[in-house]
Amino acid sequence: MAEAQFKVFRGEGAKGELFEFPVEVTEGMVVLDAVQQIQSRHANDLAVRWNCRAGKCGSCSAEVNGKPRLMCMTRMDELSLDVPVLIEPMRGFPHMKDLVTDVSRNYEINKKIRPLTPKPRETDGTYRMQQEDIERIQEFHKCIECFLCQNVCHVIRDHSVKEFAGPRFLIRIASLAMHPLDTLNRLKELKDVFGLGYCNITKCCTEVCPENIKITDNGIIPLKERVAGAFYDPLAWLWKNLTSNSKKIPEKNK
Amino acid sequence: MESYEVKEHDVLVIGAGGAGLRAAIEASAQGVSVGLVCKSLLGKAHTVMAEGGMAASLSNADPRDNWEVHFRDTIRGGKHINNWQMVEIFCQEAADRVSELEEWGALFDRTKEGLIAQRNFGGHRYPRLAHVGDRTGLELIRTLQNYGIHQGFEVYMECCVVELIKEKDQVCGAFGFWRESGQFIVFKAKSVVLATGGLGKVYRVTSNSWEGTGDGHALAYRAGAELVDMEFVQFHPTGMVWPPSVQGILVTEGVRGEGGILKNSDGKRFMFEYIPDAFAAETSDSEEEASRWLKGDPEARRPPELLTRDVVAKAIRSERIAGRGSPHGGAFLDIASQRDAEYIKKKLPSMYHQFMKLGNLDITSTPMEVGPTCHYVMGGVRVEPETAMTTVKGLFAAGEVAGGLHGANRLGGNSLTDLLVFGARAGFHSAKYSKEIAEALNPSEDLLKKMERFSLEPFDPERTENPYSVMADLQETMEINAGIVRTKDEMEKGLELLQDLKNRGEKVRVEGNRQYNPAWHYALDLKNLLCVAEAITLAALNREESRGGHTREDFPESSEYFQNVNSFISDKEGSMFIENREREPMPEHLEKLL
Repeated sequence: MAEAQFKVFRGEGAKGELFEFPVEVTEGMVVLDAVQQIQSRHANDLAVRWNCRAGKCGSCSAEVNGKPRLMCMTRMDELSLDVPVLIEPMRGFPHMKDLVTDVSRNYEINKKIRPLTPKPRETDGTYRMQQEDIERIQEFHKCIECFLCQNVCHVIRDHSVKEFAGPRFLIRIASLAMHPLDTLNRLKELKDVFGLGYCNITKCCTEVCPENIKITDNGIIPLKERVAGAFYDPLAWLWKNLTSNSKKIPEKNK
Repeated sequence: MESYEVKEHDVLVIGAGGAGLRAAIEASAQGVSVGLVCKSLLGKAHTVMAEGGMAASLSNADPRDNWEVHFRDTIRGGKHINNWQMVEIFCQEAADRVSELEEWGALFDRTKEGLIAQRNFGGHRYPRLAHVGDRTGLELIRTLQNYGIHQGFEVYMECCVVELIKEKDQVCGAFGFWRESGQFIVFKAKSVVLATGGLGKVYRVTSNSWEGTGDGHALAYRAGAELVDMEFVQFHPTGMVWPPSVQGILVTEGVRGEGGILKNSDGKRFMFEYIPDAFAAETSDSEEEASRWLKGDPEARRPPELLTRDVVAKAIRSERIAGRGSPHGGAFLDIASQRDAEYIKKKLPSMYHQFMKLGNLDITSTPMEVGPTCHYVMGGVRVEPETAMTTVKGLFAAGEVAGGLHGANRLGGNSLTDLLVFGARAGFHSAKYSKEIAEALNPSEDLLKKMERFSLEPFDPERTENPYSVMADLQETMEINAGIVRTKDEMEKGLELLQDLKNRGEKVRVEGNRQYNPAWHYALDLKNLLCVAEAITLAALNREESRGGHTREDFPESSEYFQNVNSFISDKEGSMFIENREREPMPEHLEKLL
């Protein structure tokens, strides 16, 4: 049986250090298995969040060898086991204990987003929507709220910006703004409350998304186009030309 | 005694999966103050794992469908021991509860006409499951979450309930702690809704997350409520079997709904050999007919892979025992030979991703290896069909924690709709109940002291047992002694072993402090798991027949006596007591639907 070494960050309130643990490696093992093995054998009180073990709940986000990942979807055979595997909490959030961080800010931002305000039903009591009109939003609905995108977003990491919702919530607003049933105009709050303008499209969020949502190209850029168009920004013309490759979206909010 | 944080609500909902969220939404709509407590972060509950869809006779895909056919399918799938009053309410209200989600933002896959698309699933006569690819649970929970946060209820995330508080025969709150700080919190409430989900963690191979520790079952039992049908545990036929670290993770029934077939190591499509007589009339008896069905021939009967879960799980097990299993002890589930790669990726995206990532296997070209995994418990807290009230005053239950709706075997897709229908009912009736009460009773100081002492016992340095080891041994014991196929001898042995495990459970020792300490949480969960393990084993020993999810090697046939009774478990002076009681006969207007 192969053995690997793990270095796991342990401590409370950002004060802590790396502790080294041996891990017995079995076929097909993922990093979360290793962390749970450490927990059951060597460090019973090791704090870590996990739920589904299948990349569906977004609970076990952490930094594996410095890279933000879901631990349950990171296979050990992707990693070099010649050197210790480094497991640290997400850096973008206040630290609580061991691998657990305080992600409550995300829930506060979400609460500020006005809920779907649907148009009335058809006379037969149904809603009719064509598959091709909802496909883009279904992509955004794949979000499992692992908050890895919020974690890596450098606008959020630059704490001087207070009013920036971050990629997760910009695509959530995009999913409402592009929703065939929604009747609200969300452009002003996107600009003034959620700080859409702060995003300068470095696409760090898209790169870490375990659901492969094209956060920037399919969500944020189209929103920026709408906001630019709606508020007669003198740069609108230039902007549209710079981003002419981005996909077209329904014109509902214009 | 510590000073506690005290929170007061008219209705306290424990659990924030589909049922809990739906209950909180409905109770809030009645204008009462509502608190919602969840062990994890909001939106992470096990509902998020549901894949295939939610069953409701919208009849968008087949005009022949209606609530009456859904009723028939559910009772037949439940092998006739369901609480028929619950099934009637369920089938009649399912469509409204599903449609209402659209107003709250859910985006189901669409038909060509722009309506909610519906897919085939095991045991459902017509395509009935509203779905979003294979991530329907995520859509459900996120929709309820994002709608719910604007309805005025308060959410207590990462907060665990240790015990219900009961004064004068009436539930009046709950005692718990914050996972982050380890500090205690007391909830005062005029009524409490249990929506704690299942108990899959009582078995080693399970699709359930760490949260599925039977908390609500055990809390209700200890508060004096009755449990019903605890012998009926659903082993889903298709869990991943390889590699070992993913064993048990669910492979959606949607794979078979979309045309996937099951083969043994000889390459034979074996389900044709396992068609029960009661289902023969509506099941294909040849590959040719099954293939016509897949192409959409309305005259062709459904393929045998879409028989109910109990039948398919047992068939896979039998093939393995006969030496025709896959290399890692399962069966081959093949969709690659039935559908093109693009279709598979579109309809089953997370299955594609899951196998690619965790199993190094491309399901669009290679069959998957699958085998049974503990998935769901049909049994649960006994409730009034109309109100979702348990046998204890002020205590309600909805969703997986409640028993009765699914009988001996749950049909796939009926769970998500169950959460909505009975979540809403529990929310409505708990609010109504609370409005009639002037003030919640105050918990006595003695009781709170007792609960505090009980909660902190695992920190006693005299103790010796590792909570992780005791839990692992419990899971192994249940796997062996009260698993998918059961015998009297094994279960009697199991009950003895459970006594030992209980003793060990009382010696569980937790290191470290109270702040975010998973070992402590496990130690407290363990008490609940031991309680439900005993209930399952006792009920399974009592039912001397085979039916649905309950299979006895020593009683392989179904019996007429047991068809007419349900088993009820309650606490009698500190011991678990079980009795069988006859079900009220089904009225004629429902009987004729079967």
